[in-house]
Amino acid sequence: MSVRVVIVDDHRLFRSGVRAELGAVVEVVGEAHDVDSAVAAIGELKPDVVLLDVHMPGGGGIEVLRRALSTGSRFLALSVSDAAEDVIGVIRAGARGYVTKNISGSELTDAIVRVAEGDAVFSPRLAGFVLDAFASTEAPPIDPELDSLTQREREVLRLIARGYAYKEIAKELFISVKTVETHVSSVLRKLQLSNRHELSRWATARRLV
Amino acid sequence: MWAGARPCLYGGIMREVREQEGGRMVRAAEGRLLVGVCQGMARQLRLDPVVLRLAFLLLTVLDGVGVLAYAALWIFTPSEPYEGEEPRRDWSQFAAYIALGVALGAISTLTGAGAGGVAFWPLAVGGIGALILFQQADPAQRQRWMSSTMGQTRQAWLRILAGVLLIAGGLVGFLAAKGELVRASSGLLFTVVVVAGIALVAAPWLMRLMAELRRERRERIRQEERAEMAAHLHDSVLHTLTLIQRNANDPREVARLARSQERELRNWLYQPRQDADATLAAAVRRIAAEVEDDHGIPVEVVCVGDCPLDERLGAALQSTREALVNAAKHAETPVISVYAEAEPEEVTIFVRDRGKGFDLADVPEDRMGVRQSIIGRMERNGGSARLRTSPGEGTEWQLTVKREQA
Repeated sequence: MSVRVVIVDDHRLFRSGVRAELGAVVEVVGEAHDVDSAVAAIGELKPDVVLLDVHMPGGGGIEVLRRALSTGSRFLALSVSDAAEDVIGVIRAGARGYVTKNISGSELTDAIVRVAEGDAVFSPRLAGFVLDAFASTEAPPIDPELDSLTQREREVLRLIARGYAYKEIAKELFISVKTVETHVSSVLRKLQLSNRHELSRWATARRLV
Repeated sequence: MWAGARPCLYGGIMREVREQEGGRMVRAAEGRLLVGVCQGMARQLRLDPVVLRLAFLLLTVLDGVGVLAYAALWIFTPSEPYEGEEPRRDWSQFAAYIALGVALGAISTLTGAGAGGVAFWPLAVGGIGALILFQQADPAQRQRWMSSTMGQTRQAWLRILAGVLLIAGGLVGFLAAKGELVRASSGLLFTVVVVAGIALVAAPWLMRLMAELRRERRERIRQEERAEMAAHLHDSVLHTLTLIQRNANDPREVARLARSQERELRNWLYQPRQDADATLAAAVRRIAAEVEDDHGIPVEVVCVGDCPLDERLGAALQSTREALVNAAKHAETPVISVYAEAEPEEVTIFVRDRGKGFDLADVPEDRMGVRQSIIGRMERNGGSARLRTSPGEGTEWQLTVKREQA
């Protein structure tokens, strides 16, 4: 069964470009160009995955997530910006992954399928951000379970940052791809639930790409 | 008589002003009448020298303050360096001033207006002191004193308050010394009332004026920002778009141009201004950008942590560049990944491609690239270089150096 996708982006050219590039396993069931139409389309079409642009008129991707996360669709953020604020912001708002728009069609298809299956998708840069954010403090964690990464999670993130695909990571660490996915999902959960104020402070302090 | 000489003189001054705006006051050689004090001062204050000359003349008539001030400025002001033959003085103009001075002197003596008595001396000394201080100060300092933003800071308000108090104190003291305080007190009281009244009437208007000024300032800042952005877009983006159109039939070149422009624009929009000669992350990004530009292959950079550069890191960066260039030239890879991580004890840099890879045993002994530039250099600097590659598997370099402990 193919993955049903709604593309939310305010650039028509970009929407059609993505539509053309996606593989056969993905079926684009709808498009939206701003926050309101996106919320309406998601509510009506109940897609498996929403490809969500971060910067849009009317509040951007974070606003869409706030209003439509409860529908049960999963969200993959897709943006030209990879400013730390945007990346961390959209992940903490509930997106299950973040990829930049220069991603290739086949990689994007893989990412959509992965998100549809409930896994997380980290670009190398997002992995770098997470490593940086979780490393940049000497303060003891408030909640040790949520506020720090395990050694294994760190290794997985490092390999993602080095440009390894999940399959390559699994081979490198002698674990299964499924285990790699579990680690990444666990990092995503920490990223979303940790109350560590360093996280948001770090993101705003580093206004970088 | 001398009024006819003004236009050309004035033109000369304006030219001079433009030429050496903002310098310290000097005695002018060109256009001087006596030793160039008035001319130089006029240039500094952007006034017509005639005004200053008349002012000095009037002050001279009043108990000779003008002469004292002129002499003081003569002594304390350096003369303007002037090459070539010194310009001739306009003696006819000088004679006119003398005549005017004599006439004014005569009037003041006849009417007794010039007799200031004892009270004049503090005024003269204070005035000359202030003048000297003013002309000795650096332009920047003077700018601060004369700054139009006065009144916006507490310091400025304090200064104004102190000035007003001093003037009031001086006035009272002056009148007391002359034994006229009692007589003048009622007049002073009324003056204060009138001034207060004017202040009250003018207050709303002044407030509005200040608000207006602030608004204009904001607007100006915004316009400057917009202009800077426009200039940047023009210099970089429009330029690149033109190049792209011109190279439209060369996809490789188009991609290279677009990518290089994208990187530049991103840096400009989001990156903190970093000195590429100072920190690891900035240096890695710069090297990646250079390789990307030279070879047209995208280089993805991820940096975690950052640290200041030192000699060993410099060596590691050179090795990184070598690894990048090798990958770009030989690997036939669509993209190269660079990952640099600064940890408290060591710095690790990975350079990875998914190209065709190679067998290290096949590389001839005399090939400098791999052995000398990367492995050798890293080892000489107390670090290590690890290579993982095999045909068809891509290549990954791991470069590690210990950080120098501060």
